[in-house]
Amino acid sequence: MGDAYLLEVTGVSKSFPGVQALKDVHLQLKPGEVHALLGENGAGKSTLIKIIGGIHRPDTGEIRINGQQVVMDSVSTAKVNGVSIIHQEIVLVPHLSIAENIFLGSEIRSGLGLRNKAEMDRRATQMATELGLDLDVRTPVSELTLAQRQMVEIIKAVSFDARVIIMDEPTSSLTEREVDHLFKTITSLRTKGVGIVYISHRLSELFTICDRVTVMRDGTYVGTKVIKGTNLDELIAMMVGREMKEYYTRSIREPGETVLEVRNLCRKGVFTNVNFSIKKGEIVGFSGLAGSGRSEIFQSIFGVDPISSGEIFLNGKAAVITGPQDAINKGISLVPEDRKKQGLVLSHSVEFNLTLTVLREFTRSVFVNKQKKNSIVQEYSQRLRIKTSGLGQRAMDLSGGNQQKVVIAKWLAPNRSLLILDEPTRGVDVGAKAEIYEIMDALASHGMAIVMISSELPEIINMSDRVVVVHNGEIAKELPREQADQETIMYYATGGE
Amino acid sequence: MSASPTMVENHNAAGKMGRFFTTFFKENRGIIVALLLMVVALSILSPVFLTQANILNVLRQVSTNACLALGMTLVIILGGIDLSVGAVVALSGALTVGAMGNGVGVVPAIAFGLMVGLLFGMANGSIIAYTKMPPFIVTMATMNIARGIAYVYTGGRPIRTRDASFIELGIGYLAGIPLPVIYTAILIVVISLVLNRSVFGTHIYAVGGNREAARFSGIKISRVEIIVYAISGLISAFAGVILAARMTSGQPTVGQGFELDAIAACVLGGVSMSGGLGRIGGSMIGVLVIGIINNGLNLMNVNSFWQLIAKGLVILIAVYVDMLKKQREHRG
Repeated sequence: MGDAYLLEVTGVSKSFPGVQALKDVHLQLKPGEVHALLGENGAGKSTLIKIIGGIHRPDTGEIRINGQQVVMDSVSTAKVNGVSIIHQEIVLVPHLSIAENIFLGSEIRSGLGLRNKAEMDRRATQMATELGLDLDVRTPVSELTLAQRQMVEIIKAVSFDARVIIMDEPTSSLTEREVDHLFKTITSLRTKGVGIVYISHRLSELFTICDRVTVMRDGTYVGTKVIKGTNLDELIAMMVGREMKEYYTRSIREPGETVLEVRNLCRKGVFTNVNFSIKKGEIVGFSGLAGSGRSEIFQSIFGVDPISSGEIFLNGKAAVITGPQDAINKGISLVPEDRKKQGLVLSHSVEFNLTLTVLREFTRSVFVNKQKKNSIVQEYSQRLRIKTSGLGQRAMDLSGGNQQKVVIAKWLAPNRSLLILDEPTRGVDVGAKAEIYEIMDALASHGMAIVMISSELPEIINMSDRVVVVHNGEIAKELPREQADQETIMYYATGGE
Repeated sequence: MSASPTMVENHNAAGKMGRFFTTFFKENRGIIVALLLMVVALSILSPVFLTQANILNVLRQVSTNACLALGMTLVIILGGIDLSVGAVVALSGALTVGAMGNGVGVVPAIAFGLMVGLLFGMANGSIIAYTKMPPFIVTMATMNIARGIAYVYTGGRPIRTRDASFIELGIGYLAGIPLPVIYTAILIVVISLVLNRSVFGTHIYAVGGNREAARFSGIKISRVEIIVYAISGLISAFAGVILAARMTSGQPTVGQGFELDAIAACVLGGVSMSGGLGRIGGSMIGVLVIGIINNGLNLMNVNSFWQLIAKGLVILIAVYVDMLKKQREHRG
């Protein structure tokens, strides 16, 4: 029966100093199968795929490719055996061309260590055309959109006849339309007999694209199911180890007075004539394709980027925001999209990050009031249920969900009235997502006005009181909660009138 | 675009060169314009500037910095920095001349000097690759060590040589062109080939541009690092040997601040200090700009102390203008 599988992982265990990362894990991948690997952050998915990809060596257990046992001791061994990983954080070299990235590490040579550029360009073009990437392969990767970069990663993966492709959260930064394209690519790969291990936190996707699903929890194997024979609730229960009562939290809230209103806000070449308002206790979802300008609107309101014309009213009074510090003083918080780059000082402690933006509030003259600081840090980390080994733990060692909670907590200081969350749940597992939704709901119930910018339609639809759809730098439509469904939002987001 | 494969195949050599020069000009527009302006201004201000003798003089003067900037370009693209090059220039020159004084033949003496530079480079690369210490610190340390050895070995005084065949290597001409200019030209071609045409060159860009990507692509990062620093060390030693020949002596004090001139040339030439981006052509224009500032001010009898001030100002202005341009392009 071994020869029926492309990839067979049996009884793999791995421990790092102080942590048992994997305990007796199994995974079997058939040719032409899309196999979901599911689990919360920290369940051991990343460790498992690193073992399959030759980045880590397992302590025990074996890996078979086409029934043959293989010792995966390096990335090159994995390559030779047709195993390729598309990592969650897209790993391409920005200033090299598409073709150079595709062949990086496996260049076609023309003797004397020189590269055969013409041949690489030719083959890259051929592969790109085959997979529907309609671009000059000599374009530097830095000029591509996220979705196009992802395509380059996929082409890179298939370029050396990968039979097993592991995709780690391929859709986390794609818009719905780009996801459709990715799924088409996956379908065409599977008809060629390629096996795909698919990792995603967007559970609904699994039912569209996957055949089977293997669930992991706390480094152990929970089970494998045929996707048609299971459902969302069962999968979540398997992942979390308990029944989840409610995924989206929404209590009944009465919106209060208007916190923010903008009139005819423009930034030349980025967005035009933006009008909307947000009331106390409201969650307003901002939807739109990547590049529609939805994030840029709020970067300007927050004072990161300039505005060319228009007015901003805070609590009914006309306001001029001169920069982020000014925005913070005026009670606005922005949790940026890229938390690693913009939101956290990764090499510093959780405590440091928590107090970074609000340090001023703990200071009496020049000295930090330590006691007050400690008690507030404690309070926030408990309120947001940040799981750490201690507040001194470095932010980079936290899981994605906990990092996000730290970023949000950073902005929860008293006297905040408007919270802008850009992609608050990107790359965050289900458990943490549910917690973040709960936090959002609790904050709104306490009278905070919340803007949620998101590419994930389910959370937009389920969490928002109103949905504002942005298309091409303009507000295409404002939908009340009752009218906001996937089709309507997508219709306006793609330019429907 | 199904026509693309044939398009790529049909790209004739002329088209390729044309495209290369257009992108090159676009990338380095600021500094090229600055260079041309300086040339025009100086040819008006000084009748001597555009004479063949002065041009060859400038080229010979810049050949040392050109060599160091070649190695430095590779190192900076890799995402590193090499502060030890100036000290290696002094050390290799002193050791080569010293060895000849002890009766070693010219060729083995030069080989010895070059070997020491290569070893310093390999040591830089190995320490950086295996200890993960920052290149700035590692090469600052080896800079002190190399300079110290040069002082200890020479007792702090220049060692003279009268070996005509050795001196000829530094002051000789071939077809009317100073030999150092010819060596430099050859090195430029070789290093350009390595960087632009070889697999190894692509790997330098990859490691500097995105280390993770390079690692996940199966590139042996430590190997790339060691080789690049070794190249920088070797070229510096070569420059040191030639300089010693030109000065007919090995001088332990020579080459102070050379590393900064090399870095300045790279920066002027658009090599990104954060790695992953830059071209040899750019750095070489940077070398010329610095050389012409010095030469021009000399011709106009400006005190050499002023040259430092001028150089500093030009670097600030040129890099700032370049940054503004890139930001504008970025915003579209």
